[in-house]
Amino acid sequence: MNLVVGGDSVYAYTGSRPFDRAQPTVLFVHGAANDHGVFALQSRYFAWHGRNVLAVDLPAHGRSRGEARPSVEAIAQWLRDVIDTAEIGSVSVAGHSLGSLAALEFAARNPERVRSLALLGPAVPMTVSDELLAAAAHNDHVAYELINGWSFSAGGQLGGNELPGVWMTGNAMRLLERNRDGVLSIDLLACHRYDGGLAAAAAVQCPALAILAARDVMAPLRNAHALVGALADVKTVTLAETGHSMMAERPGAVLDALRPFL
Amino acid sequence: MTTKPKTLQFDTLSLHAGARPDAATGARATPIYQTSSFVFPDTDHAAALFNMERAGHVYSRLSNPTCAVLEERVAALEGGIGAIATASGQAALHLAIITLLSAGSHIVASRSLYGGSHNLLDYTLPRFGIDTTFVDARDLDGWRNAIRPTTRLLFGETLGNPGLDVLDIPRVAALAHENGLPLLVDSTFTTPWLMRPFEHGADLVFHSATKFLSGHGVVIGGVLVDSGAFDWNADSTREKFPTLTTPYAGFHDMVFAEESSTAAFLLRARREGVRDFGACMAPMTAFQILQGIETLPVRMARHVDNTRAIVAFLREHPLVGTIGYPELPDHPDHALAQRLLPRGCGAVFSFELRGTRDQGRRFIETLRIFSHLANVGDAKSLVIHPASTTHFRMSADDLKRAGISEGTIRLSIGLEDPSDLIEDLSRALYAAGKSR
Repeated sequence: MNLVVGGDSVYAYTGSRPFDRAQPTVLFVHGAANDHGVFALQSRYFAWHGRNVLAVDLPAHGRSRGEARPSVEAIAQWLRDVIDTAEIGSVSVAGHSLGSLAALEFAARNPERVRSLALLGPAVPMTVSDELLAAAAHNDHVAYELINGWSFSAGGQLGGNELPGVWMTGNAMRLLERNRDGVLSIDLLACHRYDGGLAAAAAVQCPALAILAARDVMAPLRNAHALVGALADVKTVTLAETGHSMMAERPGAVLDALRPFL
Repeated sequence: MTTKPKTLQFDTLSLHAGARPDAATGARATPIYQTSSFVFPDTDHAAALFNMERAGHVYSRLSNPTCAVLEERVAALEGGIGAIATASGQAALHLAIITLLSAGSHIVASRSLYGGSHNLLDYTLPRFGIDTTFVDARDLDGWRNAIRPTTRLLFGETLGNPGLDVLDIPRVAALAHENGLPLLVDSTFTTPWLMRPFEHGADLVFHSATKFLSGHGVVIGGVLVDSGAFDWNADSTREKFPTLTTPYAGFHDMVFAEESSTAAFLLRARREGVRDFGACMAPMTAFQILQGIETLPVRMARHVDNTRAIVAFLREHPLVGTIGYPELPDHPDHALAQRLLPRGCGAVFSFELRGTRDQGRRFIETLRIFSHLANVGDAKSLVIHPASTTHFRMSADDLKRAGISEGTIRLSIGLEDPSDLIEDLSRALYAAGKSR
């Protein structure tokens, strides 16, 4: 479905189901230079299991128009604008990577609007290497190659996808390549500069779930521990032998972690 | 300066892409999952698999673990996002077409095609309302002028059959994209070791995996690969491809381009084309093709080396006229081949035997190492007379336009010792000369 938020068209995948705000809503928020498709399997599952799903494309990503938001706080405000526009009272929110930071900040700022919070591949701080920032700033394809190289476990680099016939790293690369110049750089800087993670975690009032990947290089496990410790009501699921692109590498395990929670 | 990350190289991917040691048994080789169907842990899981909420296998017509390894491997080697293994190369071509086109649609295709592909486009598909205009592969204006409002696909072979016209993929792809159309390429003759068409702008690639990918000549199979780069939902393309951009009643009103920005084509191809037309690959076949792909890099290098030796021999022989091999300076596509095919121009080529039809027959029947049969890309060297076999359904005019004459002999150079192949050819040419 399409919404107009702040004058710009926003796309949200609903799992091929009609938008129905009478059902509990689950909001999915993708990571840097991705789109709603990274949650395709998981979001579709919830859409067909009694949830009203909105898997959004962030501004300037996927099918959404507008300009990419330059900070985690700005994305969090945009998420609030989305549910206001859609006239949704409260939501469960699941975010991956940059999306996890935005979901965290969104939950902290809007405790009355968030029922539960799932953080996939979070890290505080979510430091981005100078090398990657520089490549992204120059719209150098190497930035995509670095991300792809760091986002999959060693096993994932060899394939063996649960989704038959799809070459994970190739698919991830093509998705990255669809971005307009500048979008990746804005997203990475938003991750890199966000310093409100622990304060936001302390302000979260709803139950939280952290899904961590044991082989995550983009958002290393050690950077998730302080965040998890700052959340009052949190469960943690750690996926063994899995990289940052956990929804691609372990779609079933991610869904099984989310199912009892969202 | 940023250092590029180390990624797995072609030779490594040939051996490993898509496969990991079997989790259940530790088997190093990819197991042959010789099963029609797969047990569901519970009813919710089953329903989720059917509705694309979970990843996994349901029924081997739709997907199979052994076939999935092959699909990932070829996709990895091509630099694509995924693939679908099919019952044959023809099934792969058909799958690509019927996923995108419906009655009333139109294709622009190179005239230099495998005879079977020509049959499908020229004789069979019109019965289903899909028409094709054939153009000279080298005539870019011809491609441009043939595009109609109903055109939905451009199609050619990396190396045209049998004259080895080199498809100028960058220019034809650019033309296709200017018109909001995808370019489909048959890459059977080149394999990804010689050329990766996606790097030059092609959008879809298919192989007859029967040929070089297997290399052993014991299976029939095909693979259709998607680059994932074509934007089916762009303003200039959305209305052209309703199979991907509008709700599909055959799958809960799924809009495939909404499910995935990159993989809409593959989703529809598997969820409709493979499901309903059923031209799937058998797991045993996939296993055998995987065995071939493991040695693809070393085989292709040897194929090319042997071919160069044979071409050099034939060039000096008085009974041999034109040799259609793009590495030769007099081939019309020599410069293009040097740019697109720096590793070589493959191991299939044709030459003109100077003489009568009887001399041609004598030549073929005298060969002892070369096998006279309708295939290419085998580890064993092969020979055929296209005008009377692979292309016999084509009219005289079509044959001429495709560069085929009564004296055209097609060779597929194998992996034997090149001196033995030259000896075999030398003896056959001598016999042909004596029968004058």
